[in-house]
Parts: sequence; C-alpha cells; structure tokens
Amino acid sequence: MKMLSEGSSFLKGLLLGALFCLLLSLLGSLSSEPQPNTEHGDDHGDDHHHHHIKAPSKEELQRMPEDLRMQLSQNVRVYCAIMVQPKILNFWATAKDTWSKHCDKAVFYTSESAKALEAVDLQEKDEWPKIRKALKHAFENAGDLRWFFLARATTFAIIENLKHLLLIKDSSQAFYMGNVVKAGELEYVEYDSGIVFSYETLRQLVRIFNDEERCPERGRALWKLSEEKELALCLKYTGVYAENGEDSRGKGLFNKKSVSALISEGLAKSPSNVVENCCPDLAVTFGGMSPNQMQVMMFGVYRLRPYGHIYHDSLIFMPPEGSDND
Amino acid sequence: MMKGLSSRCAFFLGFLVGTCTLYFFLRQVWFERSFALPADGGSSGVASGQDVDGKNWKVEGSALINLNHPHLTGEDSHVADELYKKVRILCWVMTGPSNLQKKASHVKATWSRHCNVVVFMSSVEDRDFPAVGLGTGEGRDQLYWKTIRAFHYALEHHGDEADWFLKADDDTFVVVDNLRWMLANHTPEEPVYFGKRFKPYAKQGYMSGGAGYVLSKEALRRFVEGFRTKVCTHTTSVEDLALGQCMEKMGVLAGDSRDTLHRETFHPFVPEHHLTGKFSKSFWYWNYCYYPIVEGPQCCSDLAISFHYVDPELMYILEYYTYHLRAYGYRHRYQPPLPGGLDKLSETETEAEAGNKDSVGAAGPQAEEQAKVETVQANRVTPASEKNPSDNRTVTSQEK
Repeated sequence: MKMLSEGSSFLKGLLLGALFCLLLSLLGSLSSEPQPNTEHGDDHGDDHHHHHIKAPSKEELQRMPEDLRMQLSQNVRVYCAIMVQPKILNFWATAKDTWSKHCDKAVFYTSESAKALEAVDLQEKDEWPKIRKALKHAFENAGDLRWFFLARATTFAIIENLKHLLLIKDSSQAFYMGNVVKAGELEYVEYDSGIVFSYETLRQLVRIFNDEERCPERGRALWKLSEEKELALCLKYTGVYAENGEDSRGKGLFNKKSVSALISEGLAKSPSNVVENCCPDLAVTFGGMSPNQMQVMMFGVYRLRPYGHIYHDSLIFMPPEGSDND
Repeated sequence: MMKGLSSRCAFFLGFLVGTCTLYFFLRQVWFERSFALPADGGSSGVASGQDVDGKNWKVEGSALINLNHPHLTGEDSHVADELYKKVRILCWVMTGPSNLQKKASHVKATWSRHCNVVVFMSSVEDRDFPAVGLGTGEGRDQLYWKTIRAFHYALEHHGDEADWFLKADDDTFVVVDNLRWMLANHTPEEPVYFGKRFKPYAKQGYMSGGAGYVLSKEALRRFVEGFRTKVCTHTTSVEDLALGQCMEKMGVLAGDSRDTLHRETFHPFVPEHHLTGKFSKSFWYWNYCYYPIVEGPQCCSDLAISFHYVDPELMYILEYYTYHLRAYGYRHRYQPPLPGGLDKLSETETEAEAGNKDSVGAAGPQAEEQAKVETVQANRVTPASEKNPSDNRTVTSQEK
C-alpha cells in the first residue's frame, strides 16, 4: 500500500514537473531575444573556440606588403565538391555552366551517374555516407589545393568572395565554417548554404571516419540526425568547431535563402532601406533559386554594374577561360 | 505520519526529475539559435535617398531634385560623379493614382535615386507623393496624351535643369549611370533619341515605350515645337509609335543605343527572359527588333540600361545586383572605353585597365585537364601615384 501511494506521488510529481518546465520555456521563448554574440572573430588565432570568422577589412589588406599579398593569393585556392544526382539534372547542368567555373577545381559527386554529365559516381543514395565518400575523395585528390567548399548544386556560390574571406586564414589550421546554427548544445554549419573546410580539418575528419563508434559510417542509428549534424558531431570529437562566416561588419555571408526571399522579408519588415539591409555586398552563397534565376545571378554578379564606380580591391581575379556568361 | 512524508518526498523527487528531463529534451530538440545577426543590425553606410524630407531630395513643386545621390561603401565613384554633373538626366515615370503606392513608390526607393531630377507623372495630382496631375484619364488609350503632356511639362518646368529627358514606366528598371555612359558620347544639342529600337511602321524605326527612351534637349524642343505648329498631333494612342513618327517628322534621329560590342542596352523584358528564354520564331519580337536578336548571355550588355515588366520585388533585387552584389577583385571581361570628354579625368583607371589587358593568358581558376603551370604570374600595375598618392593599389593577379 505504501509503495503504491509513493509511486503515484512520484508520477504526479513527474508530470507536474514536466508541465511546469514546458510552461516556463514557453513563456521564456516568447519574451527572450536571440543573444547577439559579442565575441569577435580572431583572424590569426591558434585557438579556435571563437565562433566568428570575419572577412579582412580594406585597411588590413592595404597595410600588407605586396609580396605577402601575392603569396596569400597563391595559397587561397578552392576545391569545390558539388553534390548532385540525376533528379536535379537542371541544377547540375547550371552549376556546371555557372559558378563552378570559378573554382580552382570543381568536382561533381553523384549518387548515380547520368549520361549527359560527368561526375564521380559514389553509388550512394544516403546523404551522409555520400558526403563522407565525397570528402574523402576530395582530400585524396586535393593536389596542392588547401581549401574545400562543399555544396549542393542547388546552392549558388561566389568563389571570389569566399577567397576574400579566407585570404588571411591559415589552411594548416582547422577551419569549418559557413552559416552556423545552434541546436541545443550542438553548433553546426548549415549544409544548404555551403560548408567550407581547411585542409587540416579534412585531414582530421578523414581520420575520425575510421572511428566507427564516434563517427559511424551510416550515421547514428538510435536518433536519426541530419547529415550536417552528423558532420558537426564527428568534427567535435576531433576538437573542431563550427565558425560563422561574416563580412567585416558582422553580416552573415552564407545564405540558404534567395535574394528574392530576403528582399520580400525585408519589405514586409521595414519598407525603407530594403536593399541596404538585405544582403552584404560580398556575399558568398545564396540558395532557393531556380536554374534560370542562377543564370540571372551570374549576370548580376559578374557582369551587370553601374559605369564609373570603381573598387580598388587589393587583389585581382581573372575571368575563367572558355566562358561567356561571366 | 511516515506515510505522508515519504509520499511527499516522492512527489518532490518526481517533480525534479520531470522538470530536468523535459528541460534537457527541449534543449536538444526545440531551442535552435542561429548565429546570424538580425536583419536590421549592421546596415551599411549607404546614404538613403528615400526620404522626401530635404535630406537627400529637394521637393520642387512635384519634382524631386536630387541633392545627394547614393554612394556605396568602399567605392571610388569619381568617374560616376563627374558624369552625374556633365550628363544631367531628368527621369519622368509614367504612373497613375492606383499605382503610386503599388509600383511607383518602389521606383522612388530604388533606381530613380540616381537621376538628377525625377518627376512622377499621373493623371491626378498628388501633393504628398509627389506626383504631377496631367489632367488626362487613365488607361491604355490615354498613354500618348500623358506622354505629350508629360514632355511639355518637363520642358516648361525643368528645361534648364537637365540635358536629357528619360521616359520610363513604373515597371521599368533603369541603370541611370549606364545611361550617362552611353549619352556622354553625344551632346544635348543633337536632335537624337535613344531606346530599344523597333523597326515596323516607321522608316527609321521607333523606340519601345516599356523599355524606356531618352530624348536630347534638342529632340524635346522639336517635339514641343511640332505640337505647336501642328506638324505632330495625337495620331494614335500607341504612345511609342506615335512619338517615333513625330520624331521622324521633326528630323530627330533614332539613335543606336548598343554598346561597343553591339549588345543591346535597353530591354523590353526582364533579365531572366533575355538571358535564358528562347523566343519562339512566331513571336512578334522577331519581326520588331531593328537589330539582330541575340539569345543567351550576349543578349545584354554589361552596361545594361533598362529592363521592363519589373515587379516591385525585382526592382530591389536588380538594385542589389547592380549597385551592391559583386565578386571581390574580379576583373570584368568587358572593359568599356571612357566616353569622350572625360579623357583627362581618370588616367589612373585607364592605365590600370591597360595593364590588365596585357595580362595575356592570365586565365581564371579552372584548368583541370590542362597540365598547366602552377607558377603564379605576378602582374604589377603601377598606380599613377600622382593622381592617387594614398592608393596603394599594387595588384596581384592569380592564375593557374
């Protein structure tokens, strides 16, 4: 009799406690604001527990001696690993015809081969194992490239702006960056807005791929996680943390939404200064566009401009050979 | 008594366990925070010309006189600024009472900020917007009446404040800086007008209304004179054709607005349509274009001047693409020549461009199959230090 009454009290307490907690968190989420991060990204730091990577400012670059600038521009070369499948053939073809031409090396990784387009056939339908194989392949075929950009073909990337962001970063240190999202304790880089790795990170990643316990090949069985979270977890075990890519004023450079969507949101929120508040000048990625819209973005980024406005950038990137839409 | 105590303890224990369990569960599943800054934080230092409160615009009657056209962070706009002074453009936007907030307001917030003077022409006056009341009705059949009156108004009220007079619709997007580049090779005393040239019905062709067209001061004078002497009358409500016929009668030349590579600058459709669309051979467009149609990327000049059928959202997107979004350090393929009359201006720029032109074979990134050289060719461009002493612009180019 005693046991039963204790048991039922315990259960009542359990239920009430859970309810109480739910109530508190509901109230809390209604009134709380997202905390702005006051930490500043450390450009040269060895310690990577900072969470922000800021692009170099104009002044920083101008202060640099010319031979150093030249050396840096030689080192910041990017290997693009672009994930495709026959289902998204349009995007595959468009990525090939547009932004991927600006990568130093662009390799397409597919789940199964398509007759019309060339790619490394990983013969893998599940996304996480596919990414594992792709990254391993990229690492083994890097040549002398030291920066890696992983994205789906549904993302549009401006590689010159990525290079600008990475310019004074050391690829022999572990970098893992993009648009960072926090889920509970885990901070991960959003897949849909593109993921950037340094050579060192890939090296560590490939090594921990062998650890079936910490980084299981087909993902955690018990609690199914998205591939971007699996990646973050594996990297966490090697001591590598996600970092948010921002311009020199703290604005996020990696977007999974399109300019159109961001403009609409801006228009709804505050109808003045829509363009200025929307998106940074040197954005690296946008998503959510149709293949045709990507062609328009290609025109908008690389060609359309107002005459008489010059930027004295500290580096020059030449147009790729054999292309006429940029 | 013992019973009560232990069940109370059990209750408390249960409460604690329940709270903690749910808290950890929610943390993992529910609370997701992004690192991105809120949208209105960290806005760039761009001068906003949208407030009609004397800050960036002076309201003169129903016109907006530009006091402070937008400048962008980190740019050197001395060439654009020089052109702004030399090639003064009055933009008048054809609109109507029901479209002032729906469409014209977005024109006001975007491209029209780059005009020297902008006037919104409606059938009914609106003091607050501000918009001129032309005293016509609304509708397609009123288009030429509105055009006639609008041009008369522009010459009468603002004839001295501008050299060129642009007509645009409230769904036309115009890159005014590029219009200045094209016009800088001409003078306002020439009887000439420019736009997207169509060929039927008029010997020298006429300019598409929707894509926008621009008249020199002399052309405008002749237009007004034509109506005074009744050489020109309201022949038809097809505004662009009627204007084109009047121009022809008054000896005003229909100019070629294409860039130095013969690519079109005024466009009657949205960018997506020109860049990616395939016009069916039976489409009227094929028979109307004065110059050969080019489909694909070469449809459109880098220095495009206008697009049509642009909805409000696309206005902002195009403003962002034109004036903001760019690829850092990218050396554009098309290097437009400095227009005449500006030779003395920016020797820095032309020297630099010439230096870049000589970087032959300096290919961009990808050279996969070609077992090419890994050595980077340093391309030194000596800045004209007399002009820009503070500009430490030694440049390194990158190639594979």
